[in-house]
Amino acid sequence: MQKPGYYGQWGGAFIPEVLFETFQELNAAFTAAKADPSFWQEYVDLMATYSCRATPLTHAANLSKHFGGAQIFIKREDLNHTGAHKANNVMGQGLLVKKMGKKRVIAETGAGQHGVATATMAAKFGLECTIYMGEEDVMRQRPNVFWMEKLGATVVPVTSGSKTLKDAINEAFRDWVTRMDDTHYVMGTVCGPHPFPEMVAWFQSIIGKEAHKQILKQFGSLPARVYACVGGGSNAMGIFQGFLDHPQVELIGVEAGGHGIDSGQHAARLASKDASAGVAQGYHTMFLQNSDGQMMDTHSVAAGLDYVGVSPILTDLWDQGRVRFEAATDKEVMAALELTMKREGIIPALESSHAFVQAYKEAGDMKKDEALIINMSGRGDKDIFTIAHAFNDPSWKAFIIKKGAEYAA
Amino acid sequence: MQLEQLIRAELAKPEKDILLMTHIVLGYPSLEVNREVIRQMVENGVELIEMQIPFSEPMADGPTIVRANQEALEAGTTVKECLAFAEEMCREHATSFLFMTYYNILYKYGVEAFFKKAKDVGIKGFIIPDLPPEEGEEFWRMAAQYDIAPILIYAPTSTEDRMRKLAASAKGFIYCVARKGVTGTHTDFDSSFNEYMARCRKNTTLPLAVGFGISCRDDITFLTGKADIGVIGTATINLVDQKGPEAVGPFIAGLR
Repeated sequence: MQKPGYYGQWGGAFIPEVLFETFQELNAAFTAAKADPSFWQEYVDLMATYSCRATPLTHAANLSKHFGGAQIFIKREDLNHTGAHKANNVMGQGLLVKKMGKKRVIAETGAGQHGVATATMAAKFGLECTIYMGEEDVMRQRPNVFWMEKLGATVVPVTSGSKTLKDAINEAFRDWVTRMDDTHYVMGTVCGPHPFPEMVAWFQSIIGKEAHKQILKQFGSLPARVYACVGGGSNAMGIFQGFLDHPQVELIGVEAGGHGIDSGQHAARLASKDASAGVAQGYHTMFLQNSDGQMMDTHSVAAGLDYVGVSPILTDLWDQGRVRFEAATDKEVMAALELTMKREGIIPALESSHAFVQAYKEAGDMKKDEALIINMSGRGDKDIFTIAHAFNDPSWKAFIIKKGAEYAA
Repeated sequence: MQLEQLIRAELAKPEKDILLMTHIVLGYPSLEVNREVIRQMVENGVELIEMQIPFSEPMADGPTIVRANQEALEAGTTVKECLAFAEEMCREHATSFLFMTYYNILYKYGVEAFFKKAKDVGIKGFIIPDLPPEEGEEFWRMAAQYDIAPILIYAPTSTEDRMRKLAASAKGFIYCVARKGVTGTHTDFDSSFNEYMARCRKNTTLPLAVGFGISCRDDITFLTGKADIGVIGTATINLVDQKGPEAVGPFIAGLR
């Protein structure tokens, strides 16, 4: 029999003993919520009235024509409140926090989207909120830091390790072992110890449920392929769950290829040969680590994909051959982003743009009566500093210099 | 001799009311300094020493030990070097040495190969804070096969049921965390601590070590009669940082 929290050989709950009772409580609360249809209904109602759900499925007619192959559909998670799919998970866990009666939430954040979503939820539900964010990410996602603080959260820059997402997760766990009585850790992705992968996947399944219905209504049949970017894997798990039971739908996870798969500077766990099985951050999965088991530095233009591990659920689906993994380089990402803006007037986040890259590589070889769906996990305008920098945009630079001079005066 | 018997034999000596266990992060600031610090600890009567093999994700540790792990790795410390160093220490000193590390270090090395190597070297026990008895089935099998004591942790939040479950998997001694949180913050002992210790005693026959924030003679005096082993962790790392390895001997000598 499969152990709870395991997906094939992946997953588990490798947790410090001091958190044992906290996880017992969380498992009990989650199991009760999952078994209660009114909880899911409360969640769907909340997302409909607070976060623009159901998010639309947009037919990208211009891009479909441009590539001359499959009909391209975009699932618009960017239209969620706070601009990304992260809100789904956060609001769901917020309802759970209310049921557990905790007064404080903490979270890790990479790109800052999960942090902003958590700070938003905390403001709405009247909870105290602390966000842990790698110092490097604080630098590259400054606007999100601004919003988290304005929403009332305390943002703690994490200076240990590589100063990115994994270090923020470690720091959040350290906070949690100190204050588990009144605090819930809102894990942002389908990683970490059980029940987090299952719980986050459950809340994110709302994406796939909607997309399944929408594509049948708008296109008349299931898509041939579904693309999603994969950092921890929560948006991918969200949309894939709508199609997992339909083997004719191919599922493609796109990881951060960074400077290239052969460069060593990437965050491709399953699409490269560089990762190996390991146990860290409370779970068993494929990690980018050295032969001693020390985690390596990863690189991506997209902070939200810049992570050493990957969801144990996705690793299992990869093991089974159910999900194909590809990688998109930073350069390809910028090109896909530009094309999407110019042709459709849609600005995907740098993270989401990875999924667009792979779909664009394949769309032209598909038949016109086939459809593909790209999960647009978030909007790109939050990345304005990073995107403008990557485009080396001269007028933006001039503006910043002028603004800098203004503040310095 | 097995770890528990070694501990009992020490405790049976009339002059010993409480044993001391100290902590070293291997490679921080260097193996050379580790060597000197360990020498001073041994000369001043420390009975057990836990040597932490550094890991890049030390989730259960506080800021001092996190930084020590990181700097040890940045200085290029490898698992192989740690094992060779451990071999040297076990050869040089009669003290009981334990490994403290995270599960991935064993997993990546090969769990059985790691146990075999540790046994050859003379390591008496393992403290793996991210491995509860529900996980790492191979670890528990190997611990029995190679007769290396898996040390488990009690927390103030542990229920009596949980304590009994842990006691069934543990050997050597139980590491009682004095409070919630991570390593390196001082613990204020109060009356709830006595109740906690009573619960610990009730649910295991193994000796009890108490750690987390033990930093001075008063702490050790307070623990005497309540615990069998006092654990000095972050305090000696801070001491070496501030006053150098030569300060360790007098510090240890002054603890009891």
